[in-house]
Amino acid sequence: METIAIEETKKKGINPQKFALWVGMASIIMMFTGWTSAYIVKNAAGNWLEFGLPSMFYASTITIVLSSIVLHLSYIGYKKQREFMYKGLLVLAFILGVSFVVMQYQGWMQLFGMGVDFKANVAGSFTYLITAAHAVHVLGGIAALIVAMIHAFTLKFRYTEKRKNRFELVLQYWHFVDILWIYLLLFMLNTK
Amino acid sequence: MANIATTYDDDVLLEEHGYNDHFHDHHHGDKYQSGFISHYIFSMDHKVIARQFLITGIIWAIIGAAMSVVFRLQLGFPEESLAWLKPVLGKWIVVDPTGVGTLAPEFYYALVTMHGTILVFFVLTAGLSGTFSNLLIPLQLGARDMASPFLNMLSYWFFFLAGIVMFYSLFLSTGPFSGGWTAYPPLSALPQASTGSGTGMTLWLVSLTLFVVSVLLGGINYVTTVLNLRTKGMSLWRMPLTIWAFFVTAIIGVLSFPVLASGFFMLMMDRGLGTSFFLSEIFIEGQALDRVGGSPVLYQHLFWFLGHPEVYIIILPAMGLVSEVLAVHARKPIFGYRAMVYSILAIAFLSFIVWAHHMFMSGVNPFISNFFVVFTLIIAVPSAVKVFNWITTLYGGNIRLNTPMLFAIGFVSLFISGGLTGVFLGNSTIDIQMHDTYFVVAHFHIVMGVAAFFGMFAGIYHWYPKMYSRFMNETLGKIHFWGTLIGAYAIFWPMHFIGMAGVPRRYYSFDTFDAFKHFSGMNQFITVAAILVFFVQLVFVINFFYSIWKGKKMTTKNPWDATTLEWTTPIEPIHGNWPGNLPTVHRWAYDYNKDEREFVSQIVPLEEGEVGDH
Repeated sequence: METIAIEETKKKGINPQKFALWVGMASIIMMFTGWTSAYIVKNAAGNWLEFGLPSMFYASTITIVLSSIVLHLSYIGYKKQREFMYKGLLVLAFILGVSFVVMQYQGWMQLFGMGVDFKANVAGSFTYLITAAHAVHVLGGIAALIVAMIHAFTLKFRYTEKRKNRFELVLQYWHFVDILWIYLLLFMLNTK
Repeated sequence: MANIATTYDDDVLLEEHGYNDHFHDHHHGDKYQSGFISHYIFSMDHKVIARQFLITGIIWAIIGAAMSVVFRLQLGFPEESLAWLKPVLGKWIVVDPTGVGTLAPEFYYALVTMHGTILVFFVLTAGLSGTFSNLLIPLQLGARDMASPFLNMLSYWFFFLAGIVMFYSLFLSTGPFSGGWTAYPPLSALPQASTGSGTGMTLWLVSLTLFVVSVLLGGINYVTTVLNLRTKGMSLWRMPLTIWAFFVTAIIGVLSFPVLASGFFMLMMDRGLGTSFFLSEIFIEGQALDRVGGSPVLYQHLFWFLGHPEVYIIILPAMGLVSEVLAVHARKPIFGYRAMVYSILAIAFLSFIVWAHHMFMSGVNPFISNFFVVFTLIIAVPSAVKVFNWITTLYGGNIRLNTPMLFAIGFVSLFISGGLTGVFLGNSTIDIQMHDTYFVVAHFHIVMGVAAFFGMFAGIYHWYPKMYSRFMNETLGKIHFWGTLIGAYAIFWPMHFIGMAGVPRRYYSFDTFDAFKHFSGMNQFITVAAILVFFVQLVFVINFFYSIWKGKKMTTKNPWDATTLEWTTPIEPIHGNWPGNLPTVHRWAYDYNKDEREFVSQIVPLEEGEVGDH
């Protein structure tokens, strides 16, 4: 009985760093929940400016989804030890990620051009706030991608468990901000 | 001691049954503790970080308590001259030509605001769970350190930085923020709203944002460590209740503090960028502002979505510490271990769906209030289960009435007295009369202020040997206990009556209100008690620092005859906690007086035919 008890708590192979990242993601989700809940409450309270989202937001959505897919392929490349696929696609994912942020900026310009001011109506304030807060989280991901690229290009290519784990951390966070954006876009489209 | 069972030597057990994780194989030469700076300042060792949190918390507690003495002087003795405080408070004491000094009203508000902010966040959040989560999670789980020692170090330094910013704001010429620790808009959202709303509020926001970062880094670490770094045999159901409490506290913190941050960011935008999330139809000095469309109640929702879980972030670690101390010093297994765990989980869950009971009178829909009343009252159930189990643990125990035990019992007393008044306030109808009176002040000070302090003191006296390898002085400890217990009740008991008579909180002076004037005698009594309690705390501070260097030395590894793993580590703490193998756990944490054995450490294997766990 005693040995069974010892067996049952043997490490189940969850990497603590990865777990810590998930807890961090949970707290990021809570922050956006705070904003989207406030958005719903204000929206229901009236005095809410109605406007369509700028077209650039749709283009940026495609970009970040592509970037997520490309980074995943790069990860597969790393696991299959195809050096070129791994490095090339990593750089491509990074470029797409930067483009996403640039496109978000252009989206804000479009929004401003449509007459949606940052401060005139709460509806506009919320849209800028939520999209900008998301962009900041993407910038965090871009910083992680830069570190990943530095590793990719300065270290000798080798497949190790430790490097795979590190890559997975970046990958999971990147997928996370991608999915977060899709959620926020759908949320803003549906809460009008 | 052991008639039927074999006696075990801890070291032999660790040697034979321990688990070699090859920690000491590769000699990174103790890179964590090599020099003075890496050992004492930017340390990544959880035990050092715990002591950093504790000492910083003590310093903040002294500052926060001193502030309360000053505003209590104003409330108790409004006619007396405060000119003698001028050397400390400077221009905030206004001295008239006859030499009578009075406290500037705006500074009175600043003091109350800072007292709340400092005690709630810096002392009872960082000082309490920062200290004991750091100290006990790795030690009681049999881990070498936290999952990420680096993030752990950052967690302390973000807290330190938050403290520096807040401390700096005390010295601004316009004073620190003065709109209450809850920082409701519009006072917090418009820099021109009051003197403290300008730079003072900006620094308050910066400080608390840094603080949120600190809590998140710490919380992520605690959760990860508990779930991933338990030693062999340490199943979740064998964890001491301390660890359960810290674990659940960390989860609550990680889920609720980000929501506060989201409110803070919106507040920053309202302050600096001209948005109107929380502002609508405001007049300042007769001028209408062009800020419309927002709602201050929205901020209150976001704030209290953190704010209510926050009180459990404060009280759950205290409950965990008390459960452990009671069991050890009553020499009995904790009564209803599983019920205790389920109560912690129930309290944590309910804490997220009761926040609007802070807002019954701020214009929320009464039908929504009903929902919050029901869940608020349901919290009484798991709380009562815990109280029942503590008392039952004491019943028939072989009680050692030493200082940690006294504080643990004192905690139970305070938690009952303060908890009962919560049942009053949780009713939205009774709250119509009670809200914003001294009844509320009395309630929350007893149940989450003083009670949490008692849990913290119980923990400090009990684990002091683990922190400094010495004991604190028992006589001074007992003076500290009786002075604080009697004094705290003397301060807060009368406040219930003042509150029931309708005396509002937050008033600078009652001179001009006929209805409240006749409580001046009671207010004087409260103030005298508060001053006495303040000086009794200095006894603790002296005892604490004196004992670091001069306290009675620890001579055995396990002075309390406790079962948990931290007492199997060497007397002088080392990096990595155990010199050789990690302990392997064979039983739950509460085998006291079992089968005629006085206590059985968690590392002792089960006897032939012995039934393990609970």
